[in-house]
Amino acid sequence: MTSIGTLKVLAGAGFAAAMALGAGPALAAGGAAELKHQHWHFDGVFGTFDKEALQRGYQVYEAVCSNCHGLEHLAFRNLGQKGGPFHLDACPEGAPETLDCSNPNENPIVKTIAANYKYQVTDGPDETGEMFERAPIPSDRIPGPYRNEQQARAANNGALPPDLSLIIKARPHGADYVYSLLTGYEDAPATVSVAPGQYYNPYFPGDMSQQMKPEYLDEEGHPREGVEVPPGGVLAMAPPLADGMVDYVDPNTPETVEQYAKDVVEFLAWAAEPKMEERKKLGVMTLAYLLILTGLLYWSYREIWSKVDR
Amino acid sequence: MSATSDSPAQQATANGEEPTRRDFIHILTAAVAAAGGAASVVPLVHQMNPDASVLALSTTEVDLSSLEPGQAIKVMWQGKPVFIRHRTEEEIAAAERTPLSALKDPVARNDNIDDSRAPATDENRRVNPAFLVIVGICTHLGCVPLGTAQGEVKGDYGGWFCPCHGSHYDTAGRIRKGPAPENLPVPPYQFVTDTLIRIG
Amino acid sequence: MAYESTYKPGTAIERWLDKRLPIVRLAYDSFVDFPTPKNLNYWWTFGGILVVCLMIQIITGVILAMHYTPHVDHAFDSVEHIMRDVNYGWLMRYIHSNGASMFFLAVYIHMFRGLYYGSYKEPREMIWILGVVIFLLMMGAAFMGYVLPWGQMSFWGATVITNILGAIPVVGESIRTLLWGGFSVDNPTLNRFFSLHYLLPFAIFGVVILHVWALHVPGNNNPTGVEVKTRKDTVPFHPYYTVKDSFAIAAFLVLFAAFVFFNPNALGHPDNYIKADPLVTPAHIVPEWYFLPFYAILRAITFDIGPISSKLGGVIAMFGSIGVLFFLPWLDTSKVRSMRYRPTAQLWFFLLVIDCVFLGYLGGQPAEGLYVTLAQIATAYYFAYFLIILPLLGVLETPKPLPKSISEAVLKPAKPGAAASPQAAPAE
Repeated sequence: MTSIGTLKVLAGAGFAAAMALGAGPALAAGGAAELKHQHWHFDGVFGTFDKEALQRGYQVYEAVCSNCHGLEHLAFRNLGQKGGPFHLDACPEGAPETLDCSNPNENPIVKTIAANYKYQVTDGPDETGEMFERAPIPSDRIPGPYRNEQQARAANNGALPPDLSLIIKARPHGADYVYSLLTGYEDAPATVSVAPGQYYNPYFPGDMSQQMKPEYLDEEGHPREGVEVPPGGVLAMAPPLADGMVDYVDPNTPETVEQYAKDVVEFLAWAAEPKMEERKKLGVMTLAYLLILTGLLYWSYREIWSKVDR
Repeated sequence: MSATSDSPAQQATANGEEPTRRDFIHILTAAVAAAGGAASVVPLVHQMNPDASVLALSTTEVDLSSLEPGQAIKVMWQGKPVFIRHRTEEEIAAAERTPLSALKDPVARNDNIDDSRAPATDENRRVNPAFLVIVGICTHLGCVPLGTAQGEVKGDYGGWFCPCHGSHYDTAGRIRKGPAPENLPVPPYQFVTDTLIRIG
Repeated sequence: MAYESTYKPGTAIERWLDKRLPIVRLAYDSFVDFPTPKNLNYWWTFGGILVVCLMIQIITGVILAMHYTPHVDHAFDSVEHIMRDVNYGWLMRYIHSNGASMFFLAVYIHMFRGLYYGSYKEPREMIWILGVVIFLLMMGAAFMGYVLPWGQMSFWGATVITNILGAIPVVGESIRTLLWGGFSVDNPTLNRFFSLHYLLPFAIFGVVILHVWALHVPGNNNPTGVEVKTRKDTVPFHPYYTVKDSFAIAAFLVLFAAFVFFNPNALGHPDNYIKADPLVTPAHIVPEWYFLPFYAILRAITFDIGPISSKLGGVIAMFGSIGVLFFLPWLDTSKVRSMRYRPTAQLWFFLLVIDCVFLGYLGGQPAEGLYVTLAQIATAYYFAYFLIILPLLGVLETPKPLPKSISEAVLKPAKPGAAASPQAAPAE
């Protein structure tokens, strides 16, 4: 092996190892079950968000998730921005000519959503120095269900429902994880006891060995022979979805837990990375440009060096 | 090494059999590289333009229902002060009476009128006669004129007075005396209801 | 080897300037007519790549600072604001965060190249030492930069690393408190880390100028390690190496862009998209990949050494692993510069490369069981390479015969199995 060849191989191996480590921490989640890997519309170099799924996903978020979870990094206007679920290229018929519906702040759907949202925003102080509640407008952040962390914990048995605006990026394999969690609730195995207000989920990172019933443990607290510790953990969130609980406009879309989960994950993936489509589009152009430039430079390089003996 | 000269660079250019083709490659490469460099400046500069959250706040809604005749308020619009004065009958009459010949700047400066040369009559400076809405930044060097709050100096023409360099504005916000070159501009606004306006 | 300047001011303005501030002459002599060995291979292009990395980091960093707020209540939100609202903000941040990884990737290759070809040896000791200084400054800048987004990994990384300093006897506690500006990592810490993170790249820039200056005194080393004898051994830097470096830079940017546009979070950690919470530690704290080998060395010392506690021992080992590099020019006793002619040293070198990659892998694993033992072995080899193997090899090994000059090495068709094989000798 030539020295150069060796160096190349080693550099490649080193980088591959470094890359593998990026995925490594997924193992740290503990003994959770293998995630249900889904094909997502946004996967891959050319993957985009499915706009109809985004709209349905928002519907599921608003009807179900928003009862406990906030979406603090998003404003209503984001829903109408380019690539967002309710973006309009042109105004619907009958709208005033001066209105620019592609501007998310003037988008009529977004305005309606904001004005009728289930939570009010706190504004003020007014002339008398008091804070007051009012209906949101497109420039407002989407208000969450709780005023602060303490209120959220008080309403949820001490557990804090995490904000969902970055949840897909904040969990390893976030899209598959959230989908698996939402669709993965099942009755706890007979070997474990689950406290009231807690729910078993094989995909939730936890340690079920702490939940084993005493009759399955030996004197030292280890599981008896032939008894396995079930995967997953317990969490304070009850199974949030049920078949038929959200009415979709399109009669052909099934109203099942799987479909709801799939749609809401699509929406949350967009919420976590709303510039993904812009990024991939610019990336394809940039890479095409760089490859051409690299080729030209190589050609130029060969020309210039052609006279040198080496 | 075929070159016996001490300077291979000279050698390479002097011996080139096909100078045009060779040059073409290098020129093309340099041009493509330069184009890429130029394109990459776009995001580097555009990032300084107003971002989406700033643009979202570029309209301001103001409730005028509690504004009595003779009173005025200052509101913020795009980070700038906007004066809204509920004018009295006398103030409106004084503004309407003023002949164009008495004005230092005869142009309306009203964003709500398409004609950029429209004369600065009081009609061209207002939407509803009672309410005057103007950007409160002196057209001289950007100070905020006095005359909005109760008890402030209103200047020789009963409108606004800029303390920085002594510009006097009348009850239609037009420059009458002092160094300022232009009338206080009227921002784009519309009445959403009889007492609610949206600026921007 | 000092070269006479060949710069001839062409115009009256250039003549006028040349008498007063010969800056054009400096640039001409350094980057245009600078005689460069004609046999440099692609491993030598990483110097130019690193300059580009530094420039990219400074430009995107200055831009990010226009939109970022260094306050514990706003830092996380302002980063999300950059990602969502600022025009091309997502691009600036992804370039900057992936740029750090690209920077370290390039610097590691650059360093291993220097190790293999003996570029640290007399008369290039200062180039190497300045390079190690740059590496240390880079590590400081990268560490503090990672704190700024104020995610969970930012906060807990800062906590763990600053706590390392608490291991220093007597003054450790005081230094840690001084660094924190409080009794834990908090707002004062974030503020000063932001200030220093902005400062350090300019310090790096300054040392880079010294590094290049020191390089231009003896000129480049080359794959044979044989010094340039005549001008026949060289080509002018421009256009020969400007075009070659440009090609390598463009190819490197392809890899860079692939990360930025298509997998921007692959080298990051999901926990850093959770806002810092001083009450909850993530289950598994790992530093960025480029710190993992050092993290493994830190954790490998699990035993007390005489009066030195294991905690302090780990800190000494970690800093020692970089400190030993300062003495490398004198630890390597071989008279032959390039390992191309040192077949035995070559093997030990490749083992060191594997060892460093392996340490990186171990740094990402939990510090328990077999992993600890393996990390101890790998750490032992790392130090043995510099402190035992290199000093001994210079005395014990028999190097292959060296070519008389670069031109000879390049022109002679290599015999099969000889060191200068056709692929290895010329630039590609």
